[in-house]
Amino acid sequence: MKIVVCVKHVPDAAADRTFDDSDHTVDRTGVDGLLSELDEYAVEQALTIAEAGDGEVTVLSVGPEQASDAIRKALQMGADKGVHVSDDAIHGTDAVATSLVLAQAIGKLDYDIVLCGMASTDGEMGVVPAMLAERLGVAQVTLGSELTVEGTTVRIRRDGDVSTETVEASTPAVVSVTDQTPEARYPSFKGIMAAKKKPVETWTLADIDVAPDQVGLSAAWSAVSATQVRPPRTKGEIVTDEGDGGAKLVEFLATQKFV
Amino acid sequence: MTEILVLVDHVDGATRKPTFELLTLARRLGEPSAVFLGSGSEQAKDSLAAYGAEKVYVADDPAFGDYLVAPKAEALAQLVGSASPSAVLIASSTDGKEIAGRLAIKIESGLITDAVDVVAGPDGGPQTTQSVFAGNHTVIASVTKGTPIITVKANAVSPEEAAGAASVETLTVSVSDAAKTARVVERKERQATGRPELTEAAIVVSGGRGTGGDFGPIEALADALGAAVGASRAVVDSGWYPHSYQVGQTGKTVSPQLYLAAGISGAIQHRAGMQTSKTIVAVNKDEEAPIFELVDFGVVGDLHKVLPQAADEVNKRKG
Repeated sequence: MKIVVCVKHVPDAAADRTFDDSDHTVDRTGVDGLLSELDEYAVEQALTIAEAGDGEVTVLSVGPEQASDAIRKALQMGADKGVHVSDDAIHGTDAVATSLVLAQAIGKLDYDIVLCGMASTDGEMGVVPAMLAERLGVAQVTLGSELTVEGTTVRIRRDGDVSTETVEASTPAVVSVTDQTPEARYPSFKGIMAAKKKPVETWTLADIDVAPDQVGLSAAWSAVSATQVRPPRTKGEIVTDEGDGGAKLVEFLATQKFV
Repeated sequence: MTEILVLVDHVDGATRKPTFELLTLARRLGEPSAVFLGSGSEQAKDSLAAYGAEKVYVADDPAFGDYLVAPKAEALAQLVGSASPSAVLIASSTDGKEIAGRLAIKIESGLITDAVDVVAGPDGGPQTTQSVFAGNHTVIASVTKGTPIITVKANAVSPEEAAGAASVETLTVSVSDAAKTARVVERKERQATGRPELTEAAIVVSGGRGTGGDFGPIEALADALGAAVGASRAVVDSGWYPHSYQVGQTGKTVSPQLYLAAGISGAIQHRAGMQTSKTIVAVNKDEEAPIFELVDFGVVGDLHKVLPQAADEVNKRKG
């Protein structure tokens, strides 16, 4: 079983994330970055599947130089090798073109399953896995809160808005998993040492037959005209419960016409 | 007038509220046409008319229910090809966003997801507002290529009625074998709680770690207020309440008129799911809890005492 896990290096959600004033892109240099927490679940699932059989896990990331940190983390967790697609032309690329770059890179790799997280923690669109399945022309088995692989059959539990579905497909497939799947393992000391020797290839757009004008801000199919910092909420009245907290709460709700 | 397609979000013909919000937004951009995929369109037609749908395109194919997302994206792409609308609006639901993603690739058009507002921009096309980075930033954007595809979050607008002709046009769609690869082998409708749906509710009462796993007080106050129940990630991870009720970055994003957080400290992951609520109220034992930085009103106290008293008081006032 050959598994490609797509991971993204994102600005730390706990830090003060912001936009570059000049072009409204996400500021990826002023804030510490890390492997997207939601992608760790995908790495964990990939490793679990690989360990159950004779599997090989390749970590794929598209992004600037520092994205190699995300690949290294996945290698430390236990993935076998890494591919880093890095090219100056990629700056400002939207989800549509990101899915193109990923699909082209995956096309150069052998795979049975492409595993993704449910969304990135920065852009948060959650559409790249579906776009990837569309581009690769393989089954889309996405937003799994539970994933099992038996032979060539992939099965997930998908918690939709009104129902819970069991979805099944034969490989090859693009699979995405949610944070309801088991927590990701921490890299062990042995894993950290072993990762240093694991191969990471760096590919440019030319290596995957993507023209520079197919990506980047100028090729994006949508444009941001403004970004604004949301004004902080003004802290309201705080009372301490002295046996009448519930009543006071309802008094407030009544002034706001909720009661 | 320009035609705006609105994909109907429904369960066997029972139209979900976000569809009426989409129809309301679509009227700002042009003439709304509802797109109904699946069975039960007869049941949906009147309500779609009531919210201004001039046309209702209907297509039914067993593949819509039997396979995940791809068949619907194909049908929609075929309709966009024949009707040449000015924009496509889709609810930001689990399926909706993925249908939109596949559609964008198929029709080579730009996509904006999770809009919290849509207006006609300077060129008449849709201009969107999104709330990003845990609700700390607002982004104004528009699509620059093809037919704009916008997914819109629930509660972006209050649905407004406006009579539409809702003339039905039945579509013949062909679903390719390539779209029939991910089979839905089982579907369990979630049990009805009698409460409003979380993402659609005007009021949400959420419980966190401070409940200690006892959601009785949360549910009682929710019922007194006619509210939906939500939960923090800590609660869901502890198995105290189902995942489908999780509010936060990786759960549902809600933007109700009133959000009441009880026993929730207010970590950034939780804030990401509720920060754009109109009014925020919190009850927490810890006066240092970060949630209090957001609130319009807060009570420092034990939710097991404060909430039951509040529920009683609400019920009393309702008479």
